Amino acid sequence: MKKDRTPSLLLATLVALLILGLVLPEWRFLGTLAIGKGLTVLGLLLLLRTGLVSFGQGLYYCLGAYAAGTLGQFWGTTDALLLLVVAGLAAGLAAAILGILLAAYRGIFFSMLSLALSMILYGLLVKSAALGSTDGFNLPAPTLFGLPLVSHDSRYPLFVLACVLGVAAALAMHYYFRTPLGRLSPAIRDNEIRVEYLGASVRAAVHVKYVIAGILAGVGGALTGMTVGHIDPEMAYWTTSGEFVFVAILSGTGSVAAPFLGSFIFELVRTFAYEYSPNSWQLALGTAMLLIIVFLPAGLWSLVQRRRA
Amino acid sequence: MSALLAVVVDGVIYASWLFMIAVGLTLIYGVMKILNIAHGSLYALGAYGAASLAGYWLSQGYAPFGSYAALLAAAALVGLIIGPLIERGLLRFMYGRDEIILLLVTYAVFLILEDAIKLIWGVDPYIISEPYGLLGIVEFANLVYPTYSFMLIVVSLAVGVLLAWVLHRTRHGKLLAAVIHDREVSQAMGVNVRRYYLATFTAGAILAALGGALTAPTVSVVPGMGVEVIVLAFAVVVIGGLGSLPGAALGALIVGLLRAAAVHYAPALELFSIYLVMALVLAFRPQGLFAGEQVRTI
Amino acid sequence: MSHLLEARNLDKRFGAVTAAADISVTVAPDSVIGLIGTNGAGKTTFVNMVTGYLKPDKGRIYFEGRDITALHPRQVTRLGICRSFQIPQLYNSLSAYDNLIVALGIVLRNAKPAPWARAPRLVPGHDLPLADAAEALLERFDLGEFRDKPAGVLPEGVRKLLDIAMALANKPRVLLLDEPTSGVSSEEKFAIMDRVMSAVRAEGAAVLFVEHDMDIVARYAGRVLAFYEGRILADGAPDVVLADPQVREYVIGGQAEPKEVSHA
Repeated sequence: MKKDRTPSLLLATLVALLILGLVLPEWRFLGTLAIGKGLTVLGLLLLLRTGLVSFGQGLYYCLGAYAAGTLGQFWGTTDALLLLVVAGLAAGLAAAILGILLAAYRGIFFSMLSLALSMILYGLLVKSAALGSTDGFNLPAPTLFGLPLVSHDSRYPLFVLACVLGVAAALAMHYYFRTPLGRLSPAIRDNEIRVEYLGASVRAAVHVKYVIAGILAGVGGALTGMTVGHIDPEMAYWTTSGEFVFVAILSGTGSVAAPFLGSFIFELVRTFAYEYSPNSWQLALGTAMLLIIVFLPAGLWSLVQRRRA
Repeated sequence: MSALLAVVVDGVIYASWLFMIAVGLTLIYGVMKILNIAHGSLYALGAYGAASLAGYWLSQGYAPFGSYAALLAAAALVGLIIGPLIERGLLRFMYGRDEIILLLVTYAVFLILEDAIKLIWGVDPYIISEPYGLLGIVEFANLVYPTYSFMLIVVSLAVGVLLAWVLHRTRHGKLLAAVIHDREVSQAMGVNVRRYYLATFTAGAILAALGGALTAPTVSVVPGMGVEVIVLAFAVVVIGGLGSLPGAALGALIVGLLRAAAVHYAPALELFSIYLVMALVLAFRPQGLFAGEQVRTI
Repeated sequence: MSHLLEARNLDKRFGAVTAAADISVTVAPDSVIGLIGTNGAGKTTFVNMVTGYLKPDKGRIYFEGRDITALHPRQVTRLGICRSFQIPQLYNSLSAYDNLIVALGIVLRNAKPAPWARAPRLVPGHDLPLADAAEALLERFDLGEFRDKPAGVLPEGVRKLLDIAMALANKPRVLLLDEPTSGVSSEEKFAIMDRVMSAVRAEGAAVLFVEHDMDIVARYAGRVLAFYEGRILADGAPDVVLADPQVREYVIGGQAEPKEVSHA
């Protein structure tokens, strides 16, 4: 039985990140952003391993951000933990309800329905003046137990929170895949009928996984909102969901750390591409995606895996 | 009364536009089982091509009515060049792979083309409104409409009829139906499936570009105009049934009338209502209103 | 009810095709029954109805006295009726070991007293922790050397064995094997069947197997059911049934080569 090195690797990564964040202050914003998006992609990873491609995670990403945002902006709550919990709960509740319907679909229809649902939210938010319509609104600076997480001088505390959250989520997901329910994911992807004939309900299992993915996206959205300081309906637009799918493909589903690495690379490339060539970064993205699909179907992570083997 | 008439006329005009942008998508899905996200950029390319070609034509001082021919020519050119480029150059290596993989491939192509447009035409808007105003206006029952909009209805009807005729009355159309039904058997019987795939994709590309070309005179042609069109086309096609031609027409009509009604009576619901109907159809009749394949699982 | 499994007056029609006409079968515990018949005679339909995949138009099915006719395959499996498939239904990207871990994991999960409770440490019926139970099943079918290979690349005979091994995860009291030796070379058939029977008989389960090869049927079955056009033509000891003139004419004589298309 191979020794499970992942937990110690993840913890080592956490320490490394915390140190890096301390000595490289310019990277804290990007890092926090990458973790916020990485959480959403982690949820996608779960769905991908189950054989489902959701083109609508933006729904929960946006919902979580707006839940945290409305609490922050209109009720004055700034405690980050509270906001993240509320975001997760709101997104989880929505996923639990919508999942009742979605769990019966597969393939293209699952993707289309998830896309349609996210566009419904987009349509609602764009027309809601109270929430700022297309402009969205700003979030007040988050705090933790009264202490500011973001200030002029430092983004470090928020970065630390993000890192802890990211690593915790990755660890949880790692252990989840070792539970009987977690192991059902690749089984469902490979052969649903056999799963039913072994005595498990595929629909119920998919529903649970959809809710988990929703919660992760909700928390990720709230975290992103807190980092950027601003949220808008674009978070629910199909292109946002498309980006998450792109990052998921880019990273591959091989490891729970891959979504975060992939998100970081994506945000990095996007930032630089924007600066140097704003009219061709999508071209670069599209080309990268094609190359990966053709030559590296397991995503970037497979490069890391091959070297280890 | 006149409000209701306005809703119906607006709805039909919008529906004919929706049909134009959706029919190519449903055709490609029906034959090749590919949901082509690049459809949106083909639409945009058609619009930009039309703006350039018609713009050039008009700037040279040629007969203004010739600009319509320029629009059509642009659409044909875009479709005939880019369509085979995508299909022969990329898609044909991916056949047999999962539907989702093909979807992602077309998504990648969409991203590439979006920037290609920016690199070729720049980011400033193109305005080519002359063909729009040239036909004058139509007045009836207290309502005023540009004649161009009614021409659009005529064109979309013509396209629908032409496609129906090709698919049901011509030899090639019937062979295409055989390919849709069973690719392997058709191949075994000697049908050159590859050629039909190429023809279908190109036809779909021309149709998408045509939608864009005909839209160009009515809007300012800007980067990103394809982004919203894709989801609208998806909505229409899903509602009508993926791969169904009459479905695309019915879906377009439903979405068109719905949007017109929303715009007139409940503007806040405009966007939301379209996707709500899409979700409802997926929930209760996923194969669309014109039945197709089995969709739900155990 | 003294019968383990009882099917009473099952009728099933698919349009103009009669897949089952007044089928009545009783199965005693510890029996080994061969189901024979040409393609389309109704054998697989019978298996599908017993396992809940198809609902009969008429008639009822009882397991240990309980009416299971309307149950979903998931529920039928959990009660103790399991099946293997003519075309092995495996998780192709997972290793043989992981295939069994998934199967046993489901059994473990189903044994939870409440959805939020912890799963028991020992797999019910196997009385071993999950990993050990999987290893034991692998050993039982002599699949040790294929332990870490993805199921998708395994030879057909091995896939068949794995498919049957998975069916044993739920400790069935009735095991239905759909053409356990089809797709396997003639030299391997007896080897496979030997291994299957010895592994399975240790369970004490009643075994019903669909088979086209009469030698296999003669050797392993204690009782034979001959199907023809949805009816049971003969039901009895192998030497009697296989010598029956009607069976010889309609079943063995009319035996076509191609495999029956599995409904699974």
